[in-house]
Amino acid sequence: MPQQQTMCPGCAEPLDPEDDYCGACGLNVTGDAPTATAAPAEQPVTVTAPTAAAAPLCVHCGAAEVAADGYCESCGGAQPRPRDHQEQEVEGVAGVTDRGLRHHRNEDAFTVAATRLPDGEPAVLAVVCDGVSSSARPDEASATAVEAASAHLLTALRRGRRPDQAMREAIGEAARAVAELATDGFDTPGGSRNAPACTYVSAISAAGLVTIGWVGDTRAYWIPDDRESAVAYRLTEDDSWAARVVAIGLMDEAEAYADPRAHAITGWLGADAEEIEPHTVSFTPHVPGVLLVCTDGLWNYAEAAADLAERVRPDARTEPLAAARSLVEFAVGAGGHDNITVAVLPISPAPEATLRTVPLQSATAGAAPLRSSQTLQLHRPGSGS
Amino acid sequence: MAVLSRSHPSFSVDIFQNEYLAEGAREVNAIVTVTATGGGTSGGQPLAPVDGGAGAAVVIMVDCSGSMDYPSAKMRNAREATGVAIDTIRDGVAFAVVAGTHEAKDLYPGGGKLAVAGPATRAQAKEALRKLSANGGTAIGTWLSKAKQLFDSRADIAIRHGILLTDGRNEHERAEDLERVLGQAAGVFTVDCRGVGTDWEVTELRKIASALLGTVDIVAEPSGLAEDFQQMMVQAMGKQVADVALRVWTPANAVIKFVKQVTPNLEDLTDRRADAGPRAGDYPTGSWGDESRDYHVCIEVPAAEVGNEMLAARISLLLPQPDGTPEVLSQGLVRAVWTDDLASSTRISPQVAHFTGQAELASSIQEGLEAHRAGDVDLATAKLGAAVRIAHRTGNESTFKLLQKVVDVVDPKEGTVRFRKNVSEADSMTLDTRSTKTVRVKK
Repeated sequence: MPQQQTMCPGCAEPLDPEDDYCGACGLNVTGDAPTATAAPAEQPVTVTAPTAAAAPLCVHCGAAEVAADGYCESCGGAQPRPRDHQEQEVEGVAGVTDRGLRHHRNEDAFTVAATRLPDGEPAVLAVVCDGVSSSARPDEASATAVEAASAHLLTALRRGRRPDQAMREAIGEAARAVAELATDGFDTPGGSRNAPACTYVSAISAAGLVTIGWVGDTRAYWIPDDRESAVAYRLTEDDSWAARVVAIGLMDEAEAYADPRAHAITGWLGADAEEIEPHTVSFTPHVPGVLLVCTDGLWNYAEAAADLAERVRPDARTEPLAAARSLVEFAVGAGGHDNITVAVLPISPAPEATLRTVPLQSATAGAAPLRSSQTLQLHRPGSGS
Repeated sequence: MAVLSRSHPSFSVDIFQNEYLAEGAREVNAIVTVTATGGGTSGGQPLAPVDGGAGAAVVIMVDCSGSMDYPSAKMRNAREATGVAIDTIRDGVAFAVVAGTHEAKDLYPGGGKLAVAGPATRAQAKEALRKLSANGGTAIGTWLSKAKQLFDSRADIAIRHGILLTDGRNEHERAEDLERVLGQAAGVFTVDCRGVGTDWEVTELRKIASALLGTVDIVAEPSGLAEDFQQMMVQAMGKQVADVALRVWTPANAVIKFVKQVTPNLEDLTDRRADAGPRAGDYPTGSWGDESRDYHVCIEVPAAEVGNEMLAARISLLLPQPDGTPEVLSQGLVRAVWTDDLASSTRISPQVAHFTGQAELASSIQEGLEAHRAGDVDLATAKLGAAVRIAHRTGNESTFKLLQKVVDVVDPKEGTVRFRKNVSEADSMTLDTRSTKTVRVKK
């Protein structure tokens, strides 16, 4: 089912419905390219710029002189790269990432995947990581973390590991893989001396149970279908300066987030992380909705769960890829200051669960909710203020 | 295990820069480190030639002007030094000795030819040195012309190096004659220049060495000649590949502000550009053995929006092939990325900062000594004070020591200095000559 694209997958230029080629980079956007198809495969379908397009023209100056390394031989402009915009969809989960407008490369990485538990129940997952810009090779850090964590999650779930255990192990695997980048000898000369680092968030939906795990300020939200009588929640608590000062009562939320230090993170994956405290939370949703797993490139423009919920398409649960795209477009339209990544996991509770509806409870209004099977870490113990 | 292959070294290019620019910024600076390794040299020791053929040619030009007899030790030392240098020429290398006065004479082997080094020819050459006598004037252009003729007799040899020894000014030819010869010799062979005593002109020899991609140094004491000649010859014998060019591609509407070699010594190459296709130019780097050099490239690019990335320069090393198509030995990219993150855009690359400092060190010394000669002691003190401060801060110890022979350092950190009384001409000239010697960033 070819989907109408509203944005060029190559260079993020807005498209008109009748466009066969992108007006900016000349990319074929007719949808003959491999679009997202639903298949219960573990390997997600990756949609990137089709390579079959004719000799590319420079997206900046139009010269037909683009070198193999992606720079125009005339104006020197960097051409769109595969990671600038990517979309993935498998049955039950979809995600989109975009470079945005103000960063020169996409340092976010994500994957979505599906597998089956030993009893044959389907399980889907999404992993989203955001490279720390001030570290060396943040783009490699995020890609490495995503790969290590998703590989572990798929194997562990298939073998019947409890999701929360699998989640903590996966974060450990990701942390180890990212830390190893610091000593692999591939440092860019003259580059940042901070070890490669990224933040992490992932979600698993399996057998009615949702499990979220995170380190840093990448987030997960619960957005119910029925926004009138059910409430949207943020499921994660940032490892950030702002979250910490709010948690210990030094400032109120508005004050804290207005501070220039607000977004300084206090937890990350990387060789120089003092101590990695993977946070996990599990719950059983009883009403239909979606999980949003995203980087700050999105939530910077709609921080509160209720605000973000307004931007989520009503049919997000049935059209997760379209919902992820429209959220990315919303963030780009709002300024696209950072890289943006959104994964959408539809949740459709079994009918009997719906019957004994137990509404989600909020622990702290607007912040972390939930009766969680695990203690929700509000801040990292033992790492002074 | 013996190294059997003597193919040319492999080159690597590393770029050091802060690629992040603030909105509206246009200047991109990068340090390009070029390292040649694995060419089969053994720590600069002379090696047997490939297939018994001559891989290199050397012409030694010895000043025999009348002044070389005052004191007479000068001529004697020059003769000895040339003898030592001849002993260092490895078997199979083509060589000749030119006696230079107001005209040039090919002392050995004579007849406008190069000899091939071996036990017999080395002995004959040293025997011929006995005929060297000091008599006549100084016209360096004629010596270089003669050297060029000799090199031209062996078009098959790629690595061609001259050693030029003089003790005086180029008094017996017009400046434009020397200029013309330099133009003809550039790219044909390289020349290291040595000034003996203190009656020669630093700027004159620097100009010759610079045009012919060689070094210049002072040998204040004639007794130091032999050792210096030997070192120069070992260096020359270590070269394995000639005429390597640094090709700099820049995007449309970019301006190259400068291209400088910054180690082992400063050499402004900006005006040596030879156009090489659209938006590219070649800068000569001469011959290479196992060694590493740094270049500072400064480019002004058209400004772009925040979030954009541009290739500001593509830097490649090229080796000309017999068929005329250059072989690309290695390449590196200089990038420009516009960001609104001030922490990124205000960071200065330590390498760029360091070599900017080394260039400032050299110009402070040269301007300070010039001011001193012109009698402006205040300006001279200020300039040399600045030089002391930079030399101290950047750990350029050898230059710091040379400065101490000219000024008394009161406070190296602040650059407070006093001119010494009775500074010797030799110390002042040594400082001037070696002002362009740089050091690398302290690790």
